[in-house]
Amino acid sequence: MSLTVDSLKQIITDRLSAVVAEVEDVSGGCGQAFVVIIVSDVFKGKNKLMRHRLVNNALKDEIAVIHAFTQKSFTVEEWEKQGGKLA
Amino acid sequence: MFKLFNRIPKSSFRSGFQPRLTYQPVSIRFISTEIKDAIQKAVDSSKIVLFMKGTPEFPQCGFSRASIQILGQQGVDPEKFAAYNVLEDQELREGIKEFSNWPTIPQLYVDGEFIGGCDIIMSMAKSGELAELLENSDCLVPEEPELESNVQPQERN
Repeated sequence: MSLTVDSLKQIITDRLSAVVAEVEDVSGGCGQAFVVIIVSDVFKGKNKLMRHRLVNNALKDEIAVIHAFTQKSFTVEEWEKQGGKLA
Repeated sequence: MFKLFNRIPKSSFRSGFQPRLTYQPVSIRFISTEIKDAIQKAVDSSKIVLFMKGTPEFPQCGFSRASIQILGQQGVDPEKFAAYNVLEDQELREGIKEFSNWPTIPQLYVDGEFIGGCDIIMSMAKSGELAELLENSDCLVPEEPELESNVQPQERN
């Protein structure tokens, strides 16, 4: 299975009810390293560890096949507060 | 990047996964009790435990390097720190992911409790939570008042 920016974006949007899913391929093209920003209210009331676990579980199969995965997660409120735009 | 080693002498880092387990040539989905026990022992071996790729002196992955750097900057006491190189032990490398229910390496434990990976370490460092956690767990290099008294009066400003 090879992941692309678009396929990963779609997966995140679907599985985590994300209103914003920014995916950046930092692998230089081999599809092995991604940096993602996820904005979703499923993160409400959860601390960092819980959020990461949520994402890790939702993307279990995807993360298993890539080499590097960096995630940042925000609720809609946190995202807007720091000046992020909703898509 | 070498800041860490000014504060943490490399001799104080333990590496390697002890005890070494015999390799079982079967593909196992769930880690065996022995591996689990060995990892638990590793987790309990020090107040701060980092499972990483490479060693503190020679990290072999940017995320492990960043994590080590941050711990160094925070002033982690080397006496209370242990690092395990997952690249040296395939069983540890796979086992730790299941043990922590965490898919990536590095992984940080403080006082036997899983804290998170590189993203979490970095954001906790930024917010000050990491300093607080390490301070509360008594993991930082103690202040050295005797250094102060060694300073000659004329050197004081």
